Amino acid sequence: MNTIYPKKLRLPSDIAHIKDLRMGEIVMLSGTVYTARDQAHKRLAAAIENCEQLPFPLDGAAIYYCGPTPAAEGQIIGSCGPTTSARMDAYTPLLLDNGLKVMIGKGVRSDDVTQAIKEHGAVYLSAIGGAAALYQSTVRTCELIAYPDLGCEAVYKLTVEDFPAMVTIV
Amino acid sequence: MKQVDAAVVQRELTRLITDCLIIPDKAVTKALTEIRTDSEIERTAAAIIVENNIIAERERLYCCQDTGQALFFVKLGDEVVCQGLTDAINGAVHDAYKTARKSVADPLTRKNTDDNTPAIIEYTLTRGDALEITFLAKGAGSENMSRLYMLTPADGEQGIIDSVVDAVKKGGKNACPPLIVGVGIGGVTETACSLSKRALLRPVGQNSERADVAALEKETLKRVNALGIGVAALGGNLTALAVNIETAPTHIGMLPVAVNLQCHSLRHGSVKF
Repeated sequence: MNTIYPKKLRLPSDIAHIKDLRMGEIVMLSGTVYTARDQAHKRLAAAIENCEQLPFPLDGAAIYYCGPTPAAEGQIIGSCGPTTSARMDAYTPLLLDNGLKVMIGKGVRSDDVTQAIKEHGAVYLSAIGGAAALYQSTVRTCELIAYPDLGCEAVYKLTVEDFPAMVTIV
Repeated sequence: MKQVDAAVVQRELTRLITDCLIIPDKAVTKALTEIRTDSEIERTAAAIIVENNIIAERERLYCCQDTGQALFFVKLGDEVVCQGLTDAINGAVHDAYKTARKSVADPLTRKNTDDNTPAIIEYTLTRGDALEITFLAKGAGSENMSRLYMLTPADGEQGIIDSVVDAVKKGGKNACPPLIVGVGIGGVTETACSLSKRALLRPVGQNSERADVAALEKETLKRVNALGIGVAALGGNLTALAVNIETAPTHIGMLPVAVNLQCHSLRHGSVKF
């Protein structure tokens, strides 16, 4: 697959280089991403507003909009494709103000979020919606780190290897 | 009166749900395998989805992490009895979703029901002694992008085509294309919505038996694919695999048009008792 996806991006070590990415480029991500979707974003935003400590350092972080299926026996995670990014738009500018640098999801972003991503030198990557079994095969470690009561909407720290995505907003 | 044991229904449905959630409609995978496009990115996206579906089947993984809300279309003959049928259907959802994602919550508190129940069930009473149950898993990504247009009779066929194109233009990029576009025309509001959902169940590539409806489907599909959204919304010419239209007679003063978008993870199946 390396011939199809030439560019490698390591997280968080390549964060300084995300400004060099170009729209439409395919990248293969490796490293640390944190899953968060609707309810986790609501809590992260509330924690920021209330000056509470966040469950993971947002500065330079990568968030993957994803709510995995439960892991089958002997597996570390279940199927884990991207969810619709637009539902996180309401919270995204606040998270960008607090250091978020990489977002991975599917679909379009609002004009406000697009502008905020550019202003903060961040990047939005599109993963392939519905390719959840393929993305499962790129996950090397999975650790539940916050909001276990949210079930699939909890925050998981994932280590991925050669996770394909396309640069969509930079 | 034919008797059907609800425990058998629950067991068979549990198996059907699990298989459907792992292996999406093979007609979609075939169409993606045979894609003809000038766009390298679209070919790559199609290849990723095909590979995903192969991995899912081989490893017995859910093809999409959004295992959806569980919908059932039940045809119940008037010469068959199945005591506790609704409980059996909900029991099958409870059992099958033990290993799948629990995606159903209270709309206000957002508290999860923890077993993906309640199922959404539409019963149709028919003649005879057949009981047929069709399952469809519907994820939020595509369902959220569905719309209802209350047109006037004067809007006519052009209004219908424009409405479908509008729905795909506004929501298609978020709905995991290539799409199956279900269109329900006629009846009252809920008739149109129900028809648009049932339209998704038709075999991919099979047009309506009504010649005028089939022509409308072909014309609308052409317009939808001209939007250039493409596979995985990364740009290209395969935005939708099919536009399926179902109709019902409506009021002389109305023209309801419901558009239901279905992602490429088309997960459905039927069982007869």
